[in-house]
Amino acid sequence: MTWDWEYTGQFLPDMLSGLRITVVATLVGYALALVLGLVWTLLRRSPSRIVSQITRWVMEFIRSTPLLVQLFFIFYVFPEFGLTLGPLSAGILGLGIHYSTYTAEVYRAGIADVPRGQWEACTALNLPKRRVWQDVVLPQAVRKVIPTLGNYLIAMFKDSPLLFGITVLELLGVAYQEGARSFKTLEPLTTIAVLFIVVSIVSSIAVRRLERRYATY
Amino acid sequence: MGDVLDSYRLLVQGAWITIQLTVYGSALALVLALVFGIAGTSRHRAVRVLNRVYVEFFRGSPALVLMYWFFYSLPNLGLELVPMFAGVLALGLNVGAYGAEVVRGAIQSVPRAQYEATVALNFRPAQRLRRVLLPQAIALMLPPFGNLLIELMKGTALVSLITIADLTFRAQQIRTNTGETVWTFTTILVMYFVIAQLLQLSVRYAERRVDRMLGRRPSRDKAGLATVAASAPGGGTAG
Repeated sequence: MTWDWEYTGQFLPDMLSGLRITVVATLVGYALALVLGLVWTLLRRSPSRIVSQITRWVMEFIRSTPLLVQLFFIFYVFPEFGLTLGPLSAGILGLGIHYSTYTAEVYRAGIADVPRGQWEACTALNLPKRRVWQDVVLPQAVRKVIPTLGNYLIAMFKDSPLLFGITVLELLGVAYQEGARSFKTLEPLTTIAVLFIVVSIVSSIAVRRLERRYATY
Repeated sequence: MGDVLDSYRLLVQGAWITIQLTVYGSALALVLALVFGIAGTSRHRAVRVLNRVYVEFFRGSPALVLMYWFFYSLPNLGLELVPMFAGVLALGLNVGAYGAEVVRGAIQSVPRAQYEATVALNFRPAQRLRRVLLPQAIALMLPPFGNLLIELMKGTALVSLITIADLTFRAQQIRTNTGETVWTFTTILVMYFVIAQLLQLSVRYAERRVDRMLGRRPSRDKAGLATVAASAPGGGTAG
């Protein structure tokens, strides 16, 4: 069997709608992950041991169970509790929650990486808590975590095909349907695989640029 | 609840398949990671290019897309794979690419003087790796390998979409047969969690063994940003 270019040209426009869903799911999910990650980090730093320990185990649980099963859980189990979501919203919620445990870990490590001397200096200068965070800790932490957060954006983009498992017609879904319709599975699936690889390589080059730009040593 | 208890046999069968996939997948990933990781530290440009091509290609393509490609597209080229093989191949190749970056980074961060010493002592390249560089690099590799192992175990859930009867597949089966969703999915989430914790314990044990082997004190501190960044499943950060 040889590659059919004419056929490839025919289904390409359909792929665009899949690409749109993939991009929307990734970006909205990522925004959710960034915000939710912040919530986890704050809960984790709570002065109450119970709160911080519970948060720790909940995060550990979410992080060490498969995203696909979590998506099924949101899609099939939530309706039992009266929360019925469409496939795409369920998918975005799943991606966001799953990746928020990763972003929380990045935030935590970023804050922990601020040298001890900086904290001590703040105490010595008697800075109010607000200024310690706003002017000393966060500016240093944020700068350091940006490349890593970029990596997680790429990772999330690559996990977006899982949404097909809960019937979202993103890139993989469109490609699979196209293949099932025409009985030619080689062209559509290969096309999206190449697309994913190209996007990943280009964006990881961008992340490497960010890394160099924000390097602090 | 009762329905789930009746279907527990199905779940146990599924869990067994999940564990098998994890073992085979990680064995393949480990071999690929070592081969291509070491290739990435080679003096020869051609060998290094081989490492880059493998890493960029298989790190860039999502495991699920790879799996679909092996399962649905390869038959078009006249190559039919058993589902289990397609699943293990996709997972192994994908995680192996992340692993290769870990191996390369770890070998390159062994102090340069160690390498120079092996040259001064007239070691052959194979001896340098086996006697000096790898034993020290392994201590650096283990923590990220632990994370990758968990990622691979989580990745095995994807095989349920290419008709392999793993834990997730069984849960879907029970859902369609009995309509019992809450307990089924809660149960398998907990089962995955337990498997992940067991894997993590064994990696911790291996870390302690390696630390003792090298005569180092086990490091108790939490992962710094560098470690978190190194195990990010996104683009390249190592090296």
